[in-house]
Formats: sequence, structure tokens, C-alpha cells
Amino acid sequence: MSSVLNLQGNHACALAAIAAGCRFYAGYPITPSSEVAERMSLELPAVDGIFIQMEDEIASMGAVIGASLGGAKTMTATSGPGFSLKQEHLGYAAATEVPCVIINVMRGGPSTGMPTRPAQGDVMQARWGTHGDHPIIVLTPWSVEEVYEQTMRAFDLSEALRIPVVVLIDEVIGHLVESVDMARFKAVKPVERKWADSKKQGFQPYAITEDFVPPMPRPGDGYRTHTTGLTHAESGFPTQDPETGQRVISRLLDKLEHHNKLVESVEQTDCEDAEVVIVAFGITARAAQSAIALLQKAGIKAGLFRPITLWPFPDQSYASATRNARLVLVPEMNAGQLIVEIERYQKDGTSVVGLNRYDGEAIAPQQIVNKVKEVLQNA
Amino acid sequence: MLNKTKAAFEIRDYIREDLFPHFMCPGCGHGIAMRALLWAIHDLNIDKDKLAIVSGIGCSGRVGAYIDANTFHTTHGRPLTFATGLKLARPDLQVIVITGDGDCLAIGGNHLIHACRRNLDITCLMLNNETYGMTGGQVSPTTTRDRYTTTTPEGNYEPVFDACELAQGAGAGFVGREITLQTPSLKSLIQQGIAHPGFSFLEVISDCTEVYGRKNDLGESPQMVLSQKSEFRSDSYGMIADEVFQPRNVKTGVLHKSDRPEYAEAYQQRITDRVKK
Repeated sequence: MSSVLNLQGNHACALAAIAAGCRFYAGYPITPSSEVAERMSLELPAVDGIFIQMEDEIASMGAVIGASLGGAKTMTATSGPGFSLKQEHLGYAAATEVPCVIINVMRGGPSTGMPTRPAQGDVMQARWGTHGDHPIIVLTPWSVEEVYEQTMRAFDLSEALRIPVVVLIDEVIGHLVESVDMARFKAVKPVERKWADSKKQGFQPYAITEDFVPPMPRPGDGYRTHTTGLTHAESGFPTQDPETGQRVISRLLDKLEHHNKLVESVEQTDCEDAEVVIVAFGITARAAQSAIALLQKAGIKAGLFRPITLWPFPDQSYASATRNARLVLVPEMNAGQLIVEIERYQKDGTSVVGLNRYDGEAIAPQQIVNKVKEVLQNA
Repeated sequence: MLNKTKAAFEIRDYIREDLFPHFMCPGCGHGIAMRALLWAIHDLNIDKDKLAIVSGIGCSGRVGAYIDANTFHTTHGRPLTFATGLKLARPDLQVIVITGDGDCLAIGGNHLIHACRRNLDITCLMLNNETYGMTGGQVSPTTTRDRYTTTTPEGNYEPVFDACELAQGAGAGFVGREITLQTPSLKSLIQQGIAHPGFSFLEVISDCTEVYGRKNDLGESPQMVLSQKSEFRSDSYGMIADEVFQPRNVKTGVLHKSDRPEYAEAYQQRITDRVKK
């Protein structure tokens, strides 16, 4: 039997979650992500997992965190308005260091926006949607196969680092049907959470360990710890001591910094001597890939820089990929969000230009080609 | 080994004494509610390692931290959602939610009715002190008519919720109410609620002496709880829903009990019948 499956992006996401060991899903129906929930409701019972459709988006995120606190690998899926509603709990998961995976199949916004149309308007919400300083990881697949791969990776990163991981998919990729060769995922062994296995007396659930990831106490194992969204000391109990507050929040943020190599994932195509580097993710990166072929045919040295891990933004790889670039073009299906981050690393001799579309249509390769030519002519 | 069932209840065995002095104001009823809860847990012989206390935000939310168990202090109004996930993922845990009138009935009202509807085996202890004590004493969905709060400077003009009627109407398997003064009765009610296989909703009439009591000239804590005794009794039943501005003469004790199917059991049964046949 062939190992190749024809899969929709949202279904690939569900299957990858099961393969990664996800055994609890809580969600609320929302276009264009509902197929993730539908597929999970079909798959989970067969592997002794739990599927529950909660009363709202907030409740599904709460249930996901509750189940993860109990020890399950957990996931939820949503889209723009639902993602907004989940933000408080996303912050809770970040602060209490509870692993969980959040799928956001992006649609047009703001507000109810264009529910069935694609967009990439949640770049900043994914990074800064919840209040306060917090670590978060955001992954952006560009094909159905990569949805599978990055969803599995989302679980691995979340379990390994105790950080919530968002998989940012756009409506095009979510509903795209492509063939996926499952053979390459057969041997993948999912990462398991590091459980506390030390002395129970005086156990510090948020101790500052060498790798900044404290082992998690599992309820029932006898640790009887306290979990709170209040700023908490290493003991797990709330603190208002400024020195402690500074120290524990720093550890939370340093955790991500410390594991940067594990978290970062970028793809670079022909960037070495590129005069023009296009920075794009998701379906827009596929348009950019086609555009680059057309530009190269026209004699323009163009390359693609694709941040698969969008947050934390891979700044060093970006700097290296654009060292010879005169022009950095940032096409995105929003009014200019990723470009704000990229402009922070702008250096003399390179101009950073955006190409923005927020009319519910994907960016076409020819649009990118035209934009590059136009900018180069006017330079 | 000490046989727990035979040992007398000693609260020190169930609390995190190193966190004392505690956070509650003098005269607050929440500590008595906590004592009754722990007493019930002791009498039911529940293993502390398997006990999960999930609380929300507000004064009631802070009670959990003092209990020597697996304690989860979650977000405002949402402890029932966390508890739902936790109980489904870990049916071996005894999951008890501690919430308040604002937490449970205002910001968390949607979660309450759906938790009742599902009838998952969780015990929900709602500590009703008729106000948002933590934020300075604002009006809540259970504030008595005409009472003063920091957001009803001319007296409360909003109808109140009868939380027990609400829970029963929404399908909770077990519903009860008790005042803190009747601590043994409260303990017994909690014990029955925990033992009930399904969602149990227990309203504890607590008192906020420092903020709400002071503002309304209700006297010190002893006066407040004694007046509760005359207003809430098990032998007279007046429905709050019919007398929305007069939540007095309210029935206490076990108010409702049904043997509706428990959620997790029904889920597993369906899976066994349909998926694994």
C-alpha cells in the first residue's frame, strides 16, 4: 500500500497531533479551522483520547490547560476572533509553563472580518496578544506536508520547553489538499515531557534549572504543588517581592533564548549572493518562490528567506541571509506586520519594502515580480 | 499505618501551615467553608495526593492555596473549564472547584450552566458573600436589594440570581446550600456533594464583614452569621426567583438530587458501543 495520503491541511494537522501523542482536544467551531475539530472528534476516541466541544473559545483553552496540567498532550484550534478570546488563557499557559498547542487558521479581520477568506493578520496577535512579557513560539507551515511536520514539532517544542506553541496557518493552507508521503514521519519519536522525579519534601516546582525548564510535577505523584497565574516564586506560591519577581520572569524569558537553536527553523533559497531577498511565510512564501524563479529568469539575483519559526524571529539567520541584499521585500496578507519586526534589523544600503494585501485574496507571484521590478527601477 | 477513618479530623493535616498568617480578613466566612470542606474530605478518606482543588479569581480563589493538595489557581470565572479538562484527562483525581458569586455567576456564568448540563463528576463550591471583596466591594449578581456597594452608591436595584435554582435548571446532578454557622451541616452537605457521581453545585452562604458588612452596617461577623441563621433555614422554602428583591427565607440543605448519567461515563459508554464494538 502506498504511504502517500491526499490530505487537507486541517486534517493533516489533526493526524499529526494524534501521531505526536495528543490525547485531549477541546475546541469551539469556527471557520476556517473547524475541520481540525471534526477530524479530532473522529480520531481521538480510537486512541483512548478525549474530545470535547466546549461552550466557548475561552472554555476550550481552559480545558486544554486543565488536561495538560493533568498530564495529557493537548491541542485546540481556532481562527482570528476565537484566537483573541483565547489570549488570556494563552498567557496563563505561558506564565504557569503548561505545554499546549494552539492552531490558528487565519482568516480576514479585523473583528468577524471575512471568515472564509485567507489572511495573515495575526502575526502580531500571535506574538503579543496576551498581556505582559511572556515567551511564545509561533510556527508557520507553507504546505500540507509541512502542516503535518510542524504540528508534530509544535508538540515536541511545547512538551520539551513548557511553552505554549501556536501553529499559524492561513486559510489557503488549511483548506488546501495535497499529497503527503507519510513514510518520512513513520520513525519520528515524539518528545515526552520531563516529569518531576525528585524528593517530594521541599520540592520547588519552578526551580531555576540548568536548562531553564523545571521538571513538571504530575498531580497524583505526591508533590501537591500550587499552580497560579499570579507571579510566583520558585516554590510555586505567589510573590510580590520585586527581586523575586524580576528573577522568575527573567528565567521565563531566558528559557526561550537559551533554547534558541532548538526553536529556530528557517529555509533559505539562493540567499547567498542575492540582491533581492523576499521574506515570506505560509502561502505567501509559495507565491514568493514562484516569483523568485521568474525574477532569476529575468536576470535578477533573488532569494527567499522563509521563517518557519516566525516567533521568536530568527534575527541572526535573517541578518546573514540579507547581508548582500539591496532590497528586502516583505509580502504579507495584512497591512504590514512582519515588516515591523524586519525593519528593526535594517542596515544601511538595504531598503525594506512591503507588499500588502488585505482584501481576502492571496498574493500572486506576478504581483511580487512587478513590485520588485518597480522598486529596482525607481532605486 | 494510621487508619484515617478512625482518626479525628485535625485541620493541620490538610493545610499548608507555612503560608500562614493567611490572607482572609477577620470575620470572613471563607475560612469556615474551607474547614468544612477539609472536614468532609477527611471523613470521605480522600487521599491528598489525589485531591485537586481548582479555584478562580477573587477572595474565594485564594482559599485553595492554603490546602495541602494539588492546587490550581486559575483565571477569573474559568475554574470550571480547567476542572473539566483536568477531570476528563485524569478521572482518578477528586476534582473540587472553589469559586465565588462573581467568579461563578457573572464572568463564569456560561461555564457554570454548561458544567451543570454536562454533569461531569466535579464538586463546585460557590462561596457567596454577595460582593466582589477582593476589588473593594462592588455589586455582584447576588447582592441583596438596596444594599450599598462601591458601585451601587444609591443602593442595589438589580435582581439577584438564585444560584441553586439556576444550577438545578441547568441540569446539575446534586444541588445544595448551607450557611457557614451550621458548620457540621455544611460539612455533611459537602460530603454528600463529593460522594455524588455527577456535577454537584454547593452554595455556601459566606459573609464579607470587612467590606460589605461594614458598608451596610450589618455588624461584626457574629451578627452577620446569626442574621443568616434566621434568614436561611431548612424548614422554610421561599424561591428567590419569585421574590427577586428579597432573597430571604431561603431553603438550605440538599435541594436537588438526580441520577442523570455522569458525563465521562456516558462518553466512555458511547465510545465502547460505537468505536470499539
